[in-house]
Amino acid sequence: MLKSAEMASQKRLIALAGQPNCGKSTVFNAITGASQHVANYPGVTVEKLSGSYSINGTRIEIVDLPGTYSLTSFSPEEKVSRDFILHDKPETIINVADAASIKRSLYLTFQLLEMETPVILDLNMMDVAVKNGMTIDCNGLEQALGTPVIPTAIKRGEGKQDLIKAIEDSLASGIHSNFKVDYGPMEPSIQAIAAEITAAAGSFSYPLRWLAIKLMEGDLEVEKRLSQTLPDSGRILALAEAERNRFRQNHDESPEKHIAYARYREADRLNRLFVHQKPRTGKSLTDRIDRFVCHKFLGPVILALIVYALYNLSIVQGYKITNYTWPLLARLRDFTEWIMPDPGFITEPMIRALALWFVDSVNALLNYVPIFFILFSLIAILEDSGYMPRMAFILDRLLARFGLHGQSTLPMVLGGVYVGGCAVPAIMSTKGIPDEKARFATMMIIPMLNCLAKIPLYILIINIYFADHKSLLMVFIATITLMLALPVAKILTLTVLKNKPSEPFIMELPTYHLPTISGVLKRALDRIWMFLKKIVTIVAAVAVVLFALLQFPGLTDERKTWYDTQAEIALATFHQKMVKTAFGGALTTPDAAMELILFADRYKGARMGSDKAAMEKINTRFKSENPAFYAITTGKGGPEAKTAKRTLKQLSQTRKKLLRGIKLEKIQNSFLGKFGRTLEPVTQWAGFNWRVNIALLSSFAAKESTVATLGVLYQQEAGTENQSLEKRMEQGEKGFTQLHALALLLMMALFPPCVATMITLKIQSGSVKMMLISFGYQSLLGFLVASSVFTISSLLGLTGLQAMFGFWFLALLLAITVGSINPKNNITTLKELS
Amino acid sequence: MTSLSRTTPGGSVSIEKVTATGKLGQRLMDLGLYPGLRVSVIRNSPLEDPMEIEINGYFLSLRHEEAAYVKVS
Ligand SMILES: Nc1nc2c(ncn2[C@@H]2O[C@H](COP(=O)(O)OP(=O)(O)OP(=O)(O)O)[C@@H](O)[C@H]2O)c(=O)[nH]1
Ligand SMILES: [Mg+2]
Repeated sequence: MLKSAEMASQKRLIALAGQPNCGKSTVFNAITGASQHVANYPGVTVEKLSGSYSINGTRIEIVDLPGTYSLTSFSPEEKVSRDFILHDKPETIINVADAASIKRSLYLTFQLLEMETPVILDLNMMDVAVKNGMTIDCNGLEQALGTPVIPTAIKRGEGKQDLIKAIEDSLASGIHSNFKVDYGPMEPSIQAIAAEITAAAGSFSYPLRWLAIKLMEGDLEVEKRLSQTLPDSGRILALAEAERNRFRQNHDESPEKHIAYARYREADRLNRLFVHQKPRTGKSLTDRIDRFVCHKFLGPVILALIVYALYNLSIVQGYKITNYTWPLLARLRDFTEWIMPDPGFITEPMIRALALWFVDSVNALLNYVPIFFILFSLIAILEDSGYMPRMAFILDRLLARFGLHGQSTLPMVLGGVYVGGCAVPAIMSTKGIPDEKARFATMMIIPMLNCLAKIPLYILIINIYFADHKSLLMVFIATITLMLALPVAKILTLTVLKNKPSEPFIMELPTYHLPTISGVLKRALDRIWMFLKKIVTIVAAVAVVLFALLQFPGLTDERKTWYDTQAEIALATFHQKMVKTAFGGALTTPDAAMELILFADRYKGARMGSDKAAMEKINTRFKSENPAFYAITTGKGGPEAKTAKRTLKQLSQTRKKLLRGIKLEKIQNSFLGKFGRTLEPVTQWAGFNWRVNIALLSSFAAKESTVATLGVLYQQEAGTENQSLEKRMEQGEKGFTQLHALALLLMMALFPPCVATMITLKIQSGSVKMMLISFGYQSLLGFLVASSVFTISSLLGLTGLQAMFGFWFLALLLAITVGSINPKNNITTLKELS
Repeated sequence: MTSLSRTTPGGSVSIEKVTATGKLGQRLMDLGLYPGLRVSVIRNSPLEDPMEIEINGYFLSLRHEEAAYVKVS
């Protein structure tokens, strides 16, 4: 009794293992109800991730391991999976397998069985297998393997209950299969090594036979582990070495190949016994699609069209939607204004200022949600359909010229080659690139791509200064970042990364799937949700810090007194004039003037965007609230009212002027303002004034902040209607030309990574040096490019578009030149390593 | 005996031996290229490299320089 209670309170650990793209994450999501990233692209999950579910009161923790074809120690994700199984000792492994390619899947299954942990073989994608004309005798296979075999089509939910039941049974019994692959002539060697290990160590925490096989394979990782844990491992290693050599000589085959081939032979045998394949008729649909998609001429054209459609639909069309959503956000601001304490004549309560600042910062970003929604949906469609690996196939040669890898495509797309990615997941997904050199190079250039957070600024600037050429500019930005990033990658691989090992490019091209609407929407919404969370956390925190940096130390006492005096004079004049009118009586108290101003503001706000019928109602409401104020505000009610209205207008204009002055002086005086100004002598070469400097400085914490900061630097004047930031910036920065805008765009495009990216880079590369190099070269490059484009184009008297085209062609030339530097033959390095 | 890299698209061959060792050898093995297997070469990438092959009903892409290590007949 006690025992079962104890068991119930305990967490049971199980793991999902399988080859890439077989549906592990889909199984994981189905069982736990989580929403892990799923895509029709091998190598999507690169970190192990865990979730949990309960069954009959027992918590079961389930870990989604990265997909691996095998369990050697050649690639990092294989190592992650293997170490997890060996060290965390999951009680059961669910081996998800693609039923449609069962032969290759069994190759991994055998390796899992050798680790002597209970295994459940989940034959997933049964729907595809059936469609391909396969029939699988699951019972027979179960008998032969001595381990449960569960057919599922988990995407449709088929077999889920059976799988859950099988897990329960396996946890209850805890027995593992005794199935063994027969390694034929190698068996004596394996047994000899196993005996030697037993003699040296008695019992050992790793399965004996597995260890012996690994030693015959010459697995460096296992050899190292053994020599660390066993004092007299020398004898064992020497024996293994001797056995390997003997085998090589006697059989004219390397031991590791013999082992692999024996597994395939066994898989082949089981396949013949239990799988029936109807002869195929004609070409598969995937093959027929690929005939176009990978076609010599059509392929690249389709690729280019897809990229263009992505831009156009999300950025151009999406922007049109924001015209409808902006008024909603403006209402949010109005609401905040309404619940906050009222402002004084020239003073603003701190809480009100902070709240409005906060709303402005967040609104500036929320405005882009429609664009992101379209973009994420389209990327989800590409990911789900299986087009991404084709992109790698088409682009590998090009990317390889720059020291990258076909599989750099996914991280680059996630990072925003298309415009609109995020460097953090992109850098994480570089883990799927087997080639270490290319992996580091990809990691280093990702921050140069167009992450989501850079886009608000792009759109802002383009809408103000290049309104007639939006698509052109977006294409310019996407291509220019790529044309600069590629040579950088090449230069890095030839210098900093020279000594990192290279790896082959062998990748599976999965069958096409039709993306489901619900799947696509879910993914898009998940990513939007992530974005929103980021806004209210990081960006909001940055906004508050910036608020403080911009607000303090504030005005000097002297200036404050000066402004107070000005305000008193204005109010006194107002009173004098008003007393002479019929409304003098309504304005006797000192606060009345301010009340009147607020009344007028409210009235104006209420009338905004209302139709005639609504206007009528508003008029009646305001009139009944305060007839005298109403008359002054509207000027309706005789010549006296007209005069009063004019007087009020003068007063509020003076007030606005004073407020603007105070705000500007405050910012100029502030900590950040001073720093931005200090940088001006340097940044003037790029055409950046202190306002732009401040905005750029604020983007280190999170790039989204740039637009948020600009949104505040070009403040909404009290009382004016809600204007979009585009209008405000245009009015606030009259001296700006297209050249200024271009320099700013380039600076942003090449800007150093944000804090989150830098941390990810450090984690993923495992080196602080890489992080610092990435930060350093990008700061330098960004500023050099922005200032040389600005200064040289100014000297030559070029227009923004001319400068853009000029620079574009120069960059193209650079890319072509660097790309044609012949890369060192990859294969020679591969051979050196073996 | 020739190599897979010299097989033109449309051709179907049988693997004789995989001469690559080390990582490349391991990778080729793990993706299911073993002696005796039939391989069809489907197409080359628009930029000529890499190439696409079909084995056991699934499609793989690999570079020519790597395919040179797969001897076929
Ligand atoms: N037809 C069909 N498709 C499936 C099934 N299960 C998963 N898929 C699809 O297969 C693709 C790969 O699924 P994932 O869950 O990302 O595969 P994974 O094993 O986690 O992949 P990696 O993390 O890259 O190793 C996705 O497009 C899924 O929608 C299934 O039972 N039937
Ligand atoms: Mg996955």
